[in-house]
Amino acid sequence: MTDATASIPRAGHHGASLLTLDGRVKRRNAAEARFRAYGLTAIVIALLALVWLLFSILSAGSPAFRQTFITVPVMLDPAVLDKKGARDPADLSKVTTVGYAKVLAKGLSDAVTAEGISTAELSDKDIAGLLSEESAATLRNMVLADPALIGQTIEFTALANGRIDGYYKGRVTMASAQLDSNVKPAQLVLADALKDKGLLGRSFNTGFLTMPDASDKRPEAAGLGVAIVGSFYMMIVVLVLSLPIGVAASIYLEEFAPKNRITDVIEVNIANLAAVPSIVYGILGLAAFINFAGLPQSAPIVGGLVLTLMTLPRIIIPTRAALKAVPPSIRDAALGVGASKLQSVFHHVLPLAMPGILTGMIIGLAQALGETAPLLLIGMVAFVRDFPAAPPEGFFDPAAALPVQVYNWTQRADPAFVERASGAIIVLLVFLLAMNALAIYLRRRFERRW
Amino acid sequence: MSNGILFLLVLVLAAIAWILARRRALASVDGDIKKLHSLPGHHGQTAFLLTAVPALALMAVWLLAQPLLIESRVGAMITASDVPEGSSHGLVMADVRRISDGLDLVVARGGIDEGALDGMRADVTDVRSRLAEVGVALGSNVSNNVFAAAKAYRGMAGAGQLGLTVVALGLAIAGLAYSLMQVKPEFRARNVSERFVIALLIASSLIAILTTLGIVASLLFESIHFFRLYPASKFFFSTIWNPQFRGGSDLGIWPLLWGTLYVSLIALIVAVPVGLMSAIYLSEYASKSMRAWVKPAIEILAGIPTIVYGLFALITVGPLLRDYFAQPLGLGSSSSSVMTAGLVMGIMVIPFVSSLSDDIINAVPQSLRDGSLGLGATPSETVRQVVLPAALPGIVGAILLAASRAIGETMIVVMGAGAAAKLSLNPFEAMTTVTVKIVSQLTGDTEFASPETLVAFALGLTLFVMTLALNIFALYIVRKYREQYE
Repeated sequence: MTDATASIPRAGHHGASLLTLDGRVKRRNAAEARFRAYGLTAIVIALLALVWLLFSILSAGSPAFRQTFITVPVMLDPAVLDKKGARDPADLSKVTTVGYAKVLAKGLSDAVTAEGISTAELSDKDIAGLLSEESAATLRNMVLADPALIGQTIEFTALANGRIDGYYKGRVTMASAQLDSNVKPAQLVLADALKDKGLLGRSFNTGFLTMPDASDKRPEAAGLGVAIVGSFYMMIVVLVLSLPIGVAASIYLEEFAPKNRITDVIEVNIANLAAVPSIVYGILGLAAFINFAGLPQSAPIVGGLVLTLMTLPRIIIPTRAALKAVPPSIRDAALGVGASKLQSVFHHVLPLAMPGILTGMIIGLAQALGETAPLLLIGMVAFVRDFPAAPPEGFFDPAAALPVQVYNWTQRADPAFVERASGAIIVLLVFLLAMNALAIYLRRRFERRW
Repeated sequence: MSNGILFLLVLVLAAIAWILARRRALASVDGDIKKLHSLPGHHGQTAFLLTAVPALALMAVWLLAQPLLIESRVGAMITASDVPEGSSHGLVMADVRRISDGLDLVVARGGIDEGALDGMRADVTDVRSRLAEVGVALGSNVSNNVFAAAKAYRGMAGAGQLGLTVVALGLAIAGLAYSLMQVKPEFRARNVSERFVIALLIASSLIAILTTLGIVASLLFESIHFFRLYPASKFFFSTIWNPQFRGGSDLGIWPLLWGTLYVSLIALIVAVPVGLMSAIYLSEYASKSMRAWVKPAIEILAGIPTIVYGLFALITVGPLLRDYFAQPLGLGSSSSSVMTAGLVMGIMVIPFVSSLSDDIINAVPQSLRDGSLGLGATPSETVRQVVLPAALPGIVGAILLAASRAIGETMIVVMGAGAAAKLSLNPFEAMTTVTVKIVSQLTGDTEFASPETLVAFALGLTLFVMTLALNIFALYIVRKYREQYE
């Protein structure tokens, strides 16, 4: 032993002390500090990425919730809107939006003249161009719903054209208007004048949440109404199908399945299905539900079925964990007083596992709500302006979906749609946040430690 | 009778069966419940299941099989001469279905009665304008044969619906009667109903297998279809991707695979160091309160839908990289590029690497750390020389899972990587990936006969096989590693 002790090399450690650090310890400590700094940097990078992502979407999308409106008195001229004067709905509906556009344009130019704004550089058509093409349709629907309005002068709040709206959001400037064939600088000057007189203003854009999609030319009128309804229908389908099936499959695998080959195959299968790329489910939906079963394209039922298949494995995994967390003593007690195996599960284990199951279910639903790729393949990208009917027929009507609507808008030429797409993302994120908050609340409220 | 009403009716019958069986069970022992083998509720359950399940199962099978049968029989009525130039058999069949629906509407509105409809001929009546009145728009005038097929279709669909109604209700009533006859004091209703329920549970868990089979079958059949039209050797070995919708296209997979792998590689270069270092910091250094805040914050990244990342790539990262890197360096002027997609995808993948690695690092026994620290190693030396080598297989598994995630990702590359199939090393150039091409070949009006559309299924199959292999390998490694310390 003494030999071994003596053979430890002592060179370089002359005068080594616990109180003064030698070079090697300093180097090691510096390496330690560096390593910690790397770790901290990594965390900061990850968090900054999150903040950057959210900030970029929020700042691009928040203008979508404010919209420019022009409020003018409009005289609903019976000579244009109801030539026969009988207020017959059939006659009224024969007047197209062109007639209403005329009435609206007259109202606007009268208001401009009344305010004493000079419009020497602008033709009547240019003045009417301040309004969105959609506003004539809005006015028409208003009149058709209440024919008594004809002949009266009403204060009508019309959507401003997308370029005018863009001018107040900084997307369109005097310089860019020079080059733009869709808007003239003089129109922007007029818009400023109207704003000074209080006829033009910005307010909360409820239409963004309630109106359907609009064509390429009128980004100001594009809304999420159909997409929200479509996504909601799909979530109903997913919930109705995947909750019972997922819970039933988990109960079987966790409580009844014998340990054998088949059970193993099912389990490996579920683990792998959870990791299959979502687009593959889109291919499955296209081949199985649309080409083979002949279900209609763009229908919420098909989207719901595809998302159900995709969500099922992702629900089964947390559900099984929740069932497993219920201690065996509960089962033993139930069996001990004469319950059958099935009764012990349905009367005792399942209710105790319910909070965990619901949490997993909600998180699975939230994932399904944000999923885009499979829906692209089953035709949800189609341009849909009509609201689907009430369920159950509505499940088979064409509809849009929130995330697909975002994708759709990013493919349009007008930059105003980028703002709409980011706004739609904000709506989607609000839904996801609400669902996750509910899941966290359920977990906190009902979580039980055994 | 519509399927919804039929479904409800079956359920109502089942509910009635429940109530009757319960009553009958009680009546059979004059209210003395002790003489029953099973509780009255069990008798009710058995009756409910016997009434509802066979009828509903039959409905499901019937609804799947009926369209196939009708389609094949009506399809035979349409000859090649009925298919107009530039159209296909499938499109004509779609017209047949539309006409048949339209006729239903015409009849429902009282425009015509059944007898007159039988005598109606397409060359005498203007079917197109008649249908337009009820809001069914047809692209072209209706030929006689197509109209006859539509009438046959309507007739068969009507007969099928009637048959379904009769058989399903008959089955439900038979189930009801049979289950009521079974009700006796010694009948083991609990055992029977439970066996029934367990069968339903097994059926639910088999849906996972069915899904896999469905995926494999749909990918495989259409891929075989594709390889009959296009040589497999060219698909797997050609380096040119140039689909032409007039035919004569080059559909080599290599440019797409290259784009996929390049984007995934950049994503991993971003995600692995960041994810792994943050996992190490969180599990080895961070205080409890910091961990409680930072870990969920990083996991938010995993909960954000990929469309959000796609938009982020499109409106923020792409223009930024173009203006500050690609253009000044003279490497290109496209805002969608491999770098854009890779960087954003890297951000998305960070939580996959970090939370899995975190689990694995935490699973390394504390005794290993204590031993190392006790010998005088600093914490970082312990991590590098003891913890990481012990956790290495698991971390490799985590990285492989992240890689499979990146390879199968769609929206980020659709919106961030571009659409040009290129074999290039320049990361600031737009390239395309397997998933992008699946989307672009299958969206819009597609016709399932051309190799340009069917190639999407072969691409899907390639993608499926690649990700499956990665997943199985990764899960195997992770599982094997976990067992080591348990």
